[in-house]
Amino acid sequence: MSVTTSVAAAPETAPVRAGPGLWQRVRGLLLALIVPLLLLAFWHYAVKAGMTRLIPSPAEVAEYMVDFAVGGIWDDAFSATLHIHLLASMSRVYGGFALAALVAVPLGILIGRNETVRALLDPFLQLMRPIPVTAWLPLSMILFGLGPKSAFFLVFLGAFYPILLNTVFGVRSVEKRLFEAASMLGCTGSAQFARVVLPGALPSIFTGLRLGLGLAWFVIVVGEMTGVPQGLGAVIMDGRTLSRTELVICGMIVIGIAGFVSDRIVVMLMNRLLRWSPSHHG
Amino acid sequence: MAELPILDIRGVGKIYELNGQKIEALRDANLTVRKGEFVCLIGASGCGKSTLLRIVAGFEPPTSGQALMWDKPVAGPAPDRGMVFQDYGLFPWLTVRQNIGFGPTSRGLPKAEVRETVERFVNMVGLTRFADAFPHQLSGGMKQRVAIARVLANDAEMVLMDEPFGALDAMTRERLQDELLDIWQRTKLTVLFVTHSIEEAIFLADRVVVMEPGPGRIASEHMIDLPRPRDVASPEFNVVRRDLSARLHSHHARKAA
Repeated sequence: MSVTTSVAAAPETAPVRAGPGLWQRVRGLLLALIVPLLLLAFWHYAVKAGMTRLIPSPAEVAEYMVDFAVGGIWDDAFSATLHIHLLASMSRVYGGFALAALVAVPLGILIGRNETVRALLDPFLQLMRPIPVTAWLPLSMILFGLGPKSAFFLVFLGAFYPILLNTVFGVRSVEKRLFEAASMLGCTGSAQFARVVLPGALPSIFTGLRLGLGLAWFVIVVGEMTGVPQGLGAVIMDGRTLSRTELVICGMIVIGIAGFVSDRIVVMLMNRLLRWSPSHHG
Repeated sequence: MAELPILDIRGVGKIYELNGQKIEALRDANLTVRKGEFVCLIGASGCGKSTLLRIVAGFEPPTSGQALMWDKPVAGPAPDRGMVFQDYGLFPWLTVRQNIGFGPTSRGLPKAEVRETVERFVNMVGLTRFADAFPHQLSGGMKQRVAIARVLANDAEMVLMDEPFGALDAMTRERLQDELLDIWQRTKLTVLFVTHSIEEAIFLADRVVVMEPGPGRIASEHMIDLPRPRDVASPEFNVVRRDLSARLHSHHARKAA
């Protein structure tokens, strides 16, 4: 069958999305910098005015940060160890997060699609969910011993629930119409998992991954507070014990930046994979 | 009857249960459709026209009776009966091309064949320039063209349309009606088309089936013998319209009385 149309291409036009201009970007950056700069200024003058003796000035923290990262200024036990601690924390954060995603996404899809699995697991998970990750700390130390395994477990637990719940929600909110459309086009049964359920739930799954990764960074400090020699949480705890506030602040800043960068990576991936969704462009 | 009908609806009834209450959506519907015929189902809301269409599509089983496609009972949705929904039902994560290719890909056709089929139908519905756009970037009329192409690309013998142009503006609606007739005449499709517009039904159909609510059932059938292309402003068209309109309203009046 070779059919050519006598109908001219529709003169209707689809909305064209133009990227933000240069000025828009610069303006955004400037606006975003105002609050942090004001806070930094306040911190600087507050220390200078002698409002506190226990907190170092921003300049001192910056100096420690350089020493912490590359050494050569103070050359103490923490000099040039940033990468060691950062890598230790990152391996736990990403390891725990990856494991959580690997378990929570398939489980969420099953719970969302299968009545029996839902009836079996949903009540139990709803009961376990309100228990804060921090409350698991003593038990996890008994179960996994003092050390990185326990931190890994807590990160896993922290990331697990947001990923699971959002996946279940995403799967359940895929329009019924799309399953009908798929089945009348010849895509039925388990083939719908890959071609309808997964793509349809992907926006929610990504929301869950973002929340989960954020929580993983949140939990890592708690996880590394006891019995772990390396990691940013350990640095903060050591700083506290040694009354080295600048070390505590350095640890906080690194966690903040690492968490921010992680989130940006997920957002970039999300915007790439969800180009089709009108609400995921930036 | 010598010729086997493509669709044979025999005594089909549907009772829904809602909060323990039984609602009879359709009672004893009988209808045969010949291959290549364009049949419109028309009636007020609650007359069971969409229910009947969904039973033919295989989305819902009938409570009584059966729908036969080429003499075989409809057991579920299948590619031989393609549905075009009023709300499009396009996959938002797929481009126009990928949406149209969904069926052929599902059936496991070789890639080259899928590509060739997709191009043909993208061109047929005039969406070449938008082939890589996502549904949210398209107007309603364009989305419905994709939905039609998607069903045709999957070799549907029969196209089921549930008020497909109901959400479109008048201009777009008229253009799509013309395009649909054009495609129907060239491809020898069979179309079962649900509408609540008398004008649309007369403009499109070989035969109009009037349905009636409370409980939903088929009230009467009307052959439309007007030559094509039909002119909605012609006196002949108006005669048919007046006749059908009176018929529809007499059902309503009887019900109100």
